[in-house]
Amino acid sequence: MDNNNENQIIITVTGADKIGIVAAVSNKLAQYCVNIEDIKQTIMQNSFCMIMLCDIKNMNVSFKEFKDSILELSQALSMEIWIQKKDLFDRMHNI
Amino acid sequence: MPTFNQRQIIETIEMIKIHHLDIRTTTLSLSLRDCCSSSCDKTAQKIYDKIIKYSSKLVNYAQEIENEYDIPIVNKRIALTPISLIGESCDDVDYVKLATVIDKAGQEVGVDFIGGFSALVDKGFTKGDLKFFEQIPEALAFTNKLCSSVNLGTSKAGVNMDAVLKTADVIKKTAELTKNFDSIGAAKFVCFCNAVTDNPFMAGAFCGINEAECALNIGVSGPGVVSSAIEELDKKADFGEVSNLIKKMAFKITSAGELIGRRMANKLGVPFGIIDLSLAPTPARGDSVAEIFKAMGLQDAGAHGTTMALAMLNDAVKKGGIMASGYVGGLSGAFIPVSEDAGMIDAAKRGVLTIDKLEAMTSVCSVGLDMIAIPGDTPNSTIAGIIADEMAIGMINKKTTAVRIIPVIGKSEGESAEFGGLLGSAPIMKVNPASSEIFVNRGGRVPAPLHSLNN
Repeated sequence: MDNNNENQIIITVTGADKIGIVAAVSNKLAQYCVNIEDIKQTIMQNSFCMIMLCDIKNMNVSFKEFKDSILELSQALSMEIWIQKKDLFDRMHNI
Repeated sequence: MPTFNQRQIIETIEMIKIHHLDIRTTTLSLSLRDCCSSSCDKTAQKIYDKIIKYSSKLVNYAQEIENEYDIPIVNKRIALTPISLIGESCDDVDYVKLATVIDKAGQEVGVDFIGGFSALVDKGFTKGDLKFFEQIPEALAFTNKLCSSVNLGTSKAGVNMDAVLKTADVIKKTAELTKNFDSIGAAKFVCFCNAVTDNPFMAGAFCGINEAECALNIGVSGPGVVSSAIEELDKKADFGEVSNLIKKMAFKITSAGELIGRRMANKLGVPFGIIDLSLAPTPARGDSVAEIFKAMGLQDAGAHGTTMALAMLNDAVKKGGIMASGYVGGLSGAFIPVSEDAGMIDAAKRGVLTIDKLEAMTSVCSVGLDMIAIPGDTPNSTIAGIIADEMAIGMINKKTTAVRIIPVIGKSEGESAEFGGLLGSAPIMKVNPASSEIFVNRGGRVPAPLHSLNN
């Protein structure tokens, strides 16, 4: 596992399930050259939850700009979107 | 093929979103030992320049990292070398002037608090210390972000009882000067026994004289994470299981703190100091240490059994934290401030949590009597008695103890004081009416205790 890869981020999208969520998010990611490495879906607090592992090595904007843009999208979709660097989860849950 | 564990991600987001996991503070510890001079103006300028030079990026970087991990970094702070040590070389020292300059620098770099307006007088006063004590109340009244602390005793030196009495006067005078704001000045002042030199938490953060030029210390918190985990545990789970669960949660919280602390230190280009894993409550519901006692099975904070619950909690938090970081330091454990904890406030209002029970709890918590509001007409000698008791617990048990108490001028028992923000609000608690007057006026120093024949 690439535990120390600083370029890996986790995007978590939650809210009521609807058509076009995956398409809208992945379109945005493609626009910024963010590569999707894995996608899983599950239920969190009784709502739809999609978790994506992405690589931002070739991202063409700053982290802040990227995040602001995704947060704008989250409002348009009425979904909650969390973007976090992956090393947080690796550190917290592994000895 | 890199992958991830969904359960871990959901658990982490729930910890942040629902259970208030946060980085409570990122505190830059900054030595001012090179700022001494014979002129107060020159010293003030050197202090100002150094604060600006080292911390102008602190707030920006904290915000960037907050954004990268979606974990709130609630406070950004600076801890300075005790100012009494820096100011006393000036022929014309004016500590209020130094306080004002430090406060201005703090405003400029945008930090929430700036600590280190402090003195270490556990064995005695220098001439500079005496002048410093006289000027603390005014310094606190005329500044916004400045925090002050004094160390009155240690297990090695005993307790300076002259300083205990003077500290009670400082608290009362500060309260009077800020009486229009429920005596909030006293909430920015704390006195210690066995003060630690790398604590990132206010009001007691300062950069000890043994510390490096500068370092980044971090304080993490998350009492809600611990209480919700215990709530989910079977009510019949034994203490071994409860303790293990707390250790696991403390490990996770500390790991997050260490990661963010090291990122901050790297960005600032300063060494990483320590992580202080303290379960520090806030007035928000669900962010309470009192809730942990309830989850363990006590009806309320203050019920018989609370001291044991706190002892186990404090110990398990340290054990879990130590596994997660090579440099655990500061105060690490569980704080029990009254005004900053919704559960403590409720218990105190109903009279189930008293000052006497809080004093017992301080023998096993991470610090001491914290954010307790008392009637404004409490005699100075009674405040000195409260401080003396707390110093005794620290001195004999070789632990850090402290008193941050607010005599709310113009208010009496049963009323409430409003401090706002993280400082919260506090019901005014009853103090023992019997006098300590003759006792505390004896003065001198309580000799250092014996460290053997322990019983």
